[in-house]
Amino acid sequence: MTEIAATEAAPVDGYAGLVDDWSADKQAYHVPWGKAMMWLFLVSDTFIFTCFLTSYMNVRMSTTEPWPIPSEIFALSFGGDPIPLILIAIMTFILITSSGTMALAVNFGYRGDTRKTAIFMALTALFGVSFVGMQVFEWSKLILEEGVRPWSNPYGAPQFGAVFFMITGFHGAHVTIGVIYLLIVAYKVNRGDYEKKGYEIVEITGLYWHFVDLVWVFIFAFFYLW
Amino acid sequence: MSSQVGQQHPLGIYYKIWTLLFVLSTLSYMVDYIGVEGYLRWTLILIFMTLKAGFILAVFMHVMWERLALILTILGPPVVLLLLIGFMSIEGDYVFDSRVEYIGQDANKVPNSPHHVTAEAEH
Repeated sequence: MTEIAATEAAPVDGYAGLVDDWSADKQAYHVPWGKAMMWLFLVSDTFIFTCFLTSYMNVRMSTTEPWPIPSEIFALSFGGDPIPLILIAIMTFILITSSGTMALAVNFGYRGDTRKTAIFMALTALFGVSFVGMQVFEWSKLILEEGVRPWSNPYGAPQFGAVFFMITGFHGAHVTIGVIYLLIVAYKVNRGDYEKKGYEIVEITGLYWHFVDLVWVFIFAFFYLW
Repeated sequence: MSSQVGQQHPLGIYYKIWTLLFVLSTLSYMVDYIGVEGYLRWTLILIFMTLKAGFILAVFMHVMWERLALILTILGPPVVLLLLIGFMSIEGDYVFDSRVEYIGQDANKVPNSPHHVTAEAEH
């Protein structure tokens, strides 16, 4: 990658650059191959999550049973009156915080500060774990105390359970995989594995992590707030 | 700038966007907390969602600094999903109308409240 870039004239930007990148009969994307592959994976993952959200939209529009009110279901009371949707709001803030620490890790990675990079990646993973922990709390409360099932629930339209477990479960699985991925890369960064190769790997891991946050933005808007 | 291998930018922009994401999340939570209803609610939710998603993509995921060939590869294909969403919403409406019209299901039922909310209300 670097060798090619060094022997070439600097690529043109804009539309001329687009044509140039595709017609040059060689590498189309001027990024490390790992980053291009991560982007292609994320685009395909976008399709999966959009299919879930679209099927949610379809069942919610087509059912005549009333759709349960998430604002009430995900309320929590800390001694006093239940605060609407507070658990989900806290989870949202945790995920945004983790996105920030991830961005810092990427930045420190390119500065070659391996220690700070590893620390911030581990911190990001820690926020990820607490997010999943709150999701476990939410699931067990709904399953054990409220009796929500994929085929029925006490509030209204039975499809609610199926959609809830499917979408938040798939997203939670992404967060869990992300935590494992982060910890492995953080460990390797700390061990000095990338001193010669460079720290693009931190940015690539970051892309995955930010994507998980990005998906949550849509789930938060369409499933919890709508 | 775009020809270099890594994406390295001043820390300041990350802190700014980070703060902005917190503000936008608080605002979208307030939509529910205050209890804004109807078209205003949906419009606000969509605006805050789009802004948040846009900032994450553009800055945290560095899309705004990438070359056009990569940007179009990322943002181009998902556009067809709008077609799927459009078709499925037409279909959803049609099925709803058929259920009311031909099966005679009640279109105006009200959802039940969860235990903890009703329990609190009784106290």
